[in-house]
Amino acid sequence: MSAVEASSGAEPFHPSLGLRLRHFASQNTLLIIGAVIFLVVVVCAIFAPLIAPYDPTAMNFPHKLRAPGLEHLMGTDVLGRDIFSRVVYGARISLLIGVSVLTVAIAIGVPIGLVSGYFGGWVDATLMRVSDIFLAFPPLLLPIAITAALGAGLFNAMLALAISWFPWYARIVRGSVMSVRQELYIDAARAMGVGSLRIMLRHALPNSWTPAIVQASMDFGYTILAAASLSFIGIGAKPPTVEWGLMIALSRSKFLDYWWTAAGPGLAIFLTVLAVNLVGDGVRDILDPRTRGIR
Amino acid sequence: MTRYVAQRLAMMVGILFGVLTVTFALSRVIPSSPVETMLGHRPSPEQIEAARQMLGLDRPLYEQFILFLGDAVRGDFGISLRTGQPVTEDIFDRMTATFELTTLAVILVILIGIPLGVLSAVRRNTMLDHSARGLSIAGVALPVFLIGMLLQMAFYGGLGWLPLQGRIGAEILLDYPFERVTGLYIVDTALAGQWTAFGSALNHLALPVLTLSIACLAIITRVTRNMMVEVLGEDYIRTARAYGLPQRVVYFRYALKATLIPMLTVIGLTYGFLLGGSVIVEFVFDWPGLGGYVVGAITKNDFPAVMGVTLFLATMYLTINLIIDLAYYLVDPRLRAS
Amino acid sequence: MSEAILKIRNLTVDFPGLGETVHAVRDCSFSVRKGEILGLVGESGSGKSVTAMACLGLVPPPGEMRGSVEIAGRQVVGRTHGELMDLRGGTAAMIFQNPGSALSPFFTVGRQIVDVIVSHQDFARRSARDLAIETLRLVHLPDPELAVDKYPHQLSGGQRQRAMIAMAMACEPDLLIADEPTTALDVTIQAQIIVLLRELAQETGLSILFITHDLGVVASLCDRVAVMYAGTIVETGPLPELFDAPAHPYTERLMHTVPRLGSGKTELAYIKGQVPNMAHLPVGCAFHARYAHASEVCRQRSPAARPLGGARIVACHHTLGAPHLREVAARGAG
Repeated sequence: MSAVEASSGAEPFHPSLGLRLRHFASQNTLLIIGAVIFLVVVVCAIFAPLIAPYDPTAMNFPHKLRAPGLEHLMGTDVLGRDIFSRVVYGARISLLIGVSVLTVAIAIGVPIGLVSGYFGGWVDATLMRVSDIFLAFPPLLLPIAITAALGAGLFNAMLALAISWFPWYARIVRGSVMSVRQELYIDAARAMGVGSLRIMLRHALPNSWTPAIVQASMDFGYTILAAASLSFIGIGAKPPTVEWGLMIALSRSKFLDYWWTAAGPGLAIFLTVLAVNLVGDGVRDILDPRTRGIR
Repeated sequence: MTRYVAQRLAMMVGILFGVLTVTFALSRVIPSSPVETMLGHRPSPEQIEAARQMLGLDRPLYEQFILFLGDAVRGDFGISLRTGQPVTEDIFDRMTATFELTTLAVILVILIGIPLGVLSAVRRNTMLDHSARGLSIAGVALPVFLIGMLLQMAFYGGLGWLPLQGRIGAEILLDYPFERVTGLYIVDTALAGQWTAFGSALNHLALPVLTLSIACLAIITRVTRNMMVEVLGEDYIRTARAYGLPQRVVYFRYALKATLIPMLTVIGLTYGFLLGGSVIVEFVFDWPGLGGYVVGAITKNDFPAVMGVTLFLATMYLTINLIIDLAYYLVDPRLRAS
Repeated sequence: MSEAILKIRNLTVDFPGLGETVHAVRDCSFSVRKGEILGLVGESGSGKSVTAMACLGLVPPPGEMRGSVEIAGRQVVGRTHGELMDLRGGTAAMIFQNPGSALSPFFTVGRQIVDVIVSHQDFARRSARDLAIETLRLVHLPDPELAVDKYPHQLSGGQRQRAMIAMAMACEPDLLIADEPTTALDVTIQAQIIVLLRELAQETGLSILFITHDLGVVASLCDRVAVMYAGTIVETGPLPELFDAPAHPYTERLMHTVPRLGSGKTELAYIKGQVPNMAHLPVGCAFHARYAHASEVCRQRSPAARPLGGARIVACHHTLGAPHLREVAARGAG
């Protein structure tokens, strides 16, 4: 039998901050790329008046349909407006849409999920059947129908998206509340006379934030795409609102000969949604390590 | 078995009822009264009252609902305010166009997306896997309409190979007529032996089908890959290898059988995505299907049409999911335990 | 001394990650002789399951195996699936802790056994099915002709484990590797499975490598025991000597933690400290931090395994009561 050699590692291992950062960076490169791009978009949205060289709604017919160049980074559209400025201002709308729709969807969905998961029984059954109804519509169809009912417009479109989307969050929250409900300490709290509401808020709610946040970070991109699609077919944002999907719709008559009229906003949508998706995936990988191998 | 079927059917009916309720609620919310839309500008009070009576809008709400339900069950969604025809007829005329588009897209997505997803999972972390996932991530970030427009730019504007929009060349219809047997142009033209028309129909199908497929593939490949990775990590796959079963048996019998269930889910998701996405794609390519009809209806406040199509598509989706549920039952022995 | 059916020498299994490598198994050596039942004992994280997987070359990626694992004289380390196919399920078979997940829920128990038979032996499916029924009978599964067409979820936990054992026995292996097969079962079923394994060993001359953390199970089944700690073997020896007079402090502590009725003790005994981080192991003996009487040499050098008279092998600088053991060995060797 051979001797057992001493194995690796001299002293206890204390990785330096630099090593930890590099490790994080190599594991999550995509997340970082996404975060950087997203940061750029946010900066554009916040500092739009400072970044955009021209007024996004200022028409300038002599300058119409100019190709991208030094004067107009992304060219001009059919009304002579500077596309780059319009794209920068469009960031505001898109980010606003993403944040508002998800906030409302979470604000409606989380309480419903909480109640449903905590009380169970017929309350749960009813609420889940209701959410089944929402899920029975193919994607985009329900928002289209709701917007049609409420009347075309960005606000209504956002409302329609939020209403169509909250059942997902209700389900997620319900799922984690139900698993928490099994835990013994809930019974203990109840036995001690702590009210249902307090139990829900103090114990069930914190546990369900994480999956909801993970889902929201993945849904952000989809919300932007959905809003752009609704604007594209004419029932979302309307002129003079500067929204990327609407910009592409307006370019339809010209884009074959003047590609930049669609390319500018198109690139903006692509990069923003890509960035948001990368960040969302990264957030999910960090918060939910079970899915790590399944990247 | 029958109990399972009955359960699923009952659920579907329940959900359908809910869908009808939602649709009804929506139709009574609209600010722009259908009456005004129908009658045009500045109708007189008597005209308004007469129209309301005709449309049944003066009855109490629950009576309206019951009438609505009765109509819906009989397939009567009212008259389209735009075409003047019964909505049901409009749907009938257009549904084969949408069907042709979505069926070809489904076939393409399943034939490419599923094997790609499977290969990606089996050869995890290789170049193939990384490129497939990269394309996926990029594809998901592109809006469907942009994909369509990019293809139009490339194949019509740039190369001039394929037509911009429409379902078939207008002149073709005049010069090479063919009988509408199935409503599917590539089938009907072939049956009639009109090969020029066939070629034109195929040409016009290419870009819209490609657009739908690309958008859908991006998602489906990824979903398939993730499901496959999960299956491959299962204990019974490890057991099969531990007992020396040949690779072929491990993958094509044990892994494949396990993936049938998630695969069915994927197919259901594909259909859902396509039903929703076809609305946008038909708009981009001026395709005379249900999607284009709905968009036109919305912009003209043609509410009965919008509701009719929504109900129709929702029912289709529910039916497909029901069929998939039944398929689950056949595939998974665990469901058969009573 | 009869020859070894399983010979493991200097087995090392590493799992490289980014920035650190987990050394799950370190320079592990032991053997299973023909016809004996060896218990591999250790707590969770000691590396015993990884060792079991390594026996058949089934270490999951990114794990890397080094050293030597010989089954019936055939080397396993460095071989591909194709090269090991007839060994796996043929010469050596493995049963797992959770038969509910180890068996595919989509195929009947009979079908899975037939698949194993057909891939190792030249059988027509019909006769393979008959053989499957016979193996189910061998493991005392009630109504084997009916059981063969049942799905795993239609069987109880104990029956599933029997079916798993049937699958293992189908090709008449020389070695059975049992990875905690009783851990997930309740005590009465546990006892039945242990009786079954003992019976199979006696009737067919099967050798068994039985992996567990349950000392009670080991006592009722095994001929010899190997104690594993932090990825390496600290002590090996025959029962009941090892239990009566453990040489390694860890073994001694393990014995101590088993509660005994009527001992008068009111508190549960436990071993102070924690299993070391397998990615960052200390220099010296892996157990020294938890041993009250560790000395300087323990902190500096990892102990080599050395024989201790009789059939005992220990890896420790301070074997407990060594003179006492020499006496025990002298008595036994005669």
